[in-house]
Amino acid sequence: MRLTSLGLVRGLIGYFVGLAVGMAAVVILRLAFGMSAWDQEAVWVGGLISAIIGFLLGVGAMSDWLKWTRGIETPLHHGPPADKPAWTRYFGVDYNHKVIGIQYGVTGLFLLVVGGSFALVFRTELADSGISFLQAGTYNTFLSMHAWVALASILLGIGGIANYLVPLMIGAEDMAFPRLNAFAYWINVPAIVTLLISMLFGWDSGWTAYPPLSLLGPVGYQMVFLAIFTIGLSSILGSLNLIVTMLMMRPKGMTLFRMPILCWAILATSIIQLTATQLIGQAFLMLSFERSLGMPFFKPIYDAAGVNIGGQPILFQHLFWFYSHPAVYVFVLPGLGVISELLPVFARKPLFGYRWVALSSLAIALVGFLVWGHHMFTSGYQPYLRVVFMISTLLVAVPTGVKFFSWLGTLWGGRLTFPTPMLFTLGAISVFLIGGLSGPILATAATDLFLHDTYFVVGHFHATIFGGFVFPFFAAIYYWYPKITGRMYNETLGKLHFWLMTPGFWLMSLAQMTAGTMGMRRRIADYDPALGVENVQLLVTIAGFVIAFSILIMIYNLFTSAEIGVLAGNNPWRSRSPEWQIPSPVPEHSYAKPIAVVGEPYDYGLAGSSYIAMAGAGDD
Amino acid sequence: MAAVTTTAQAAALHHDTHAGHDNYAAQLRMNRLGLWLFFISEAFLFGGLLATRFFLWGADTRPELDQTIGLIVTSVLLISSVSMRLAETAMERGNRRAFSIFILLTALFGLIFLGGVMIYEWGLFPAIYKGHLTPWDNKYGAVVFAMTGMHALHVISGIVFILIVWNLARKGSFSPERHWGVESCAIYWHYVDVVWIFFYPALYLIGNVVHIAAH
Repeated sequence: MRLTSLGLVRGLIGYFVGLAVGMAAVVILRLAFGMSAWDQEAVWVGGLISAIIGFLLGVGAMSDWLKWTRGIETPLHHGPPADKPAWTRYFGVDYNHKVIGIQYGVTGLFLLVVGGSFALVFRTELADSGISFLQAGTYNTFLSMHAWVALASILLGIGGIANYLVPLMIGAEDMAFPRLNAFAYWINVPAIVTLLISMLFGWDSGWTAYPPLSLLGPVGYQMVFLAIFTIGLSSILGSLNLIVTMLMMRPKGMTLFRMPILCWAILATSIIQLTATQLIGQAFLMLSFERSLGMPFFKPIYDAAGVNIGGQPILFQHLFWFYSHPAVYVFVLPGLGVISELLPVFARKPLFGYRWVALSSLAIALVGFLVWGHHMFTSGYQPYLRVVFMISTLLVAVPTGVKFFSWLGTLWGGRLTFPTPMLFTLGAISVFLIGGLSGPILATAATDLFLHDTYFVVGHFHATIFGGFVFPFFAAIYYWYPKITGRMYNETLGKLHFWLMTPGFWLMSLAQMTAGTMGMRRRIADYDPALGVENVQLLVTIAGFVIAFSILIMIYNLFTSAEIGVLAGNNPWRSRSPEWQIPSPVPEHSYAKPIAVVGEPYDYGLAGSSYIAMAGAGDD
Repeated sequence: MAAVTTTAQAAALHHDTHAGHDNYAAQLRMNRLGLWLFFISEAFLFGGLLATRFFLWGADTRPELDQTIGLIVTSVLLISSVSMRLAETAMERGNRRAFSIFILLTALFGLIFLGGVMIYEWGLFPAIYKGHLTPWDNKYGAVVFAMTGMHALHVISGIVFILIVWNLARKGSFSPERHWGVESCAIYWHYVDVVWIFFYPALYLIGNVVHIAAH
């Protein structure tokens, strides 16, 4: 087998060929128009756009569409490639949603490790005061890259959960648009390459890239803008596909309120991703144009009379947070959906208040559009806006509270068992509670004015994201692992992972908040030992390493168990959900016959009830 | 339970005898929903640009743009939607000749619109017309170029779309019953047209003209 028969390799070759061609084209164009040959902003931007297209052409993510434009029909190919080993399908364009889901999930996990490692680098620097080994510029680059790589990993992780599970859960053969699905995955890869290349050039304003700082920094910014724009495009196309799939491809009898609850969470997430993502794309595009062409969107220009005829930096904050706050709900809603999905299975009880939980996801998504200004309490906008955004933000606590009470109601009186997925679900609830309770303190303008830009915000954010995404993501990995591989993970290692990571995270989160209230600013490489936060900072760093170590245990567990784990059988968790009624691992065509929904999804413990009927099989 | 099994079996039978027609109809419904979701998504992009315009200019100022050119290009774009509709109707009636004429006419109108914007508003070809705005001097130029530029990008992609569809039809694709390619191209064109209906007053009509000395 030749190496170039792997789509990924061809894509990477296409990337660098495209980069060279694009850069050369810009240089030639500049010379043709009588400008100096080299302008790093223009040449790099032109080169990288061409590189991303080169990757997509190389990997073959657009070949079917290009054939369509010439009137050539392209039937969907099913199954692994005929002339290559079966594993190669994971390294090239494949239209099966299960393959794409694994591609998303594994890439997401890989980026989580990369992004986490960046955090360990600068956490080591922060363990004591004074500059030890990271100079300020390098520190800023690592800090900023930690954020975007981790955020990309979350978006890809969600893509993994959604693409793998949604068609299975609604008994569909595949996603509505399989080619678009593959395309939406593959454009992430050149974006990630571009993001990582930006590290060589540096960028130093944190993930928010506020102007005017982001207009002045090194050319690495342009790469970040382009990379995030591309990842955003993937979000939009992926969520469009998921919405159509869920609205149009449900089986007979599955009304919206009989969907597995995770589908509701994904639906709410997709609505945000479909729409709000455009605003960060636009904001970064405007920054990119302001840098390369000097279009004054965000930089003020004063004329002779002292009137501003240029832009306003605060406009960027509005555009940026219009996406980036709802994005937090994009990150946590699927995770909260996983919690609601798993608890009834391990409590052997119906999900408490199904309809309320379903609608609370939608409510969080919709209220999420109205709260972006709470990131800007100290920005200097009109003071009355603080009140508006404070009230709308506090409103989010209502649907979130609905979810918490549903979880408690589901657990209450249940016959609980505690395998690793259940432990991570409970861990997620505990961690999300820390994040949730610290939220109103920041949502209240009066307290936020003191806590803004401190480690309190860092602690709150990480508790929210770990509780809302990372813990549920790990729960989901352990829970669906037997369905994906057909084998059971190692329970001892799974529990070890949990008991290292959860106390480690509690410690880290509470220590970060403590440091914040003691006056520790975020995003700085050095701090005054007189603040008295050195011991707390050391704790945070140690806890960070413990968490990282525990995640390595999980990855080891996942790799080895795929070979030596005991065979899991079709339904080790005795779940009622459709995907557990078919063989593990799931065959190429998931459902041999269409399914029909004949009951409620979560009636665990109700004698004689069933959720789905498999046509013909009859052996529920 | 017996009743349920019967329904399920009926569904299975239905599935097995899926003729091409049923698949096409189901796929068509999904395609339409997908396209409209894409429009909703794009509406946030164009909405963001409109928000930028009102944030930076306020509701009471606007730059000096050529009103005559603005009126002409807007009219041409609106008329192009009519010709697009005529092209789609021609395809529905199986009149391929009329289809070709009207869809190429639509592309031509699109090109006239682009020419008007690029030559007169952008001043891209100073030999023909010397423009009075640049993208980099002040917020008026920046926003005009951002809004018309993003819209022009969509018009250009619409023209490319039209040419692909025209070429496919020429080679015998599409039928009066099955012409999703034509339909999607037409809806996309109308959508780009509707966006301009919001952009035109925002750029040309709302607010009082501000004169800014060359920077």
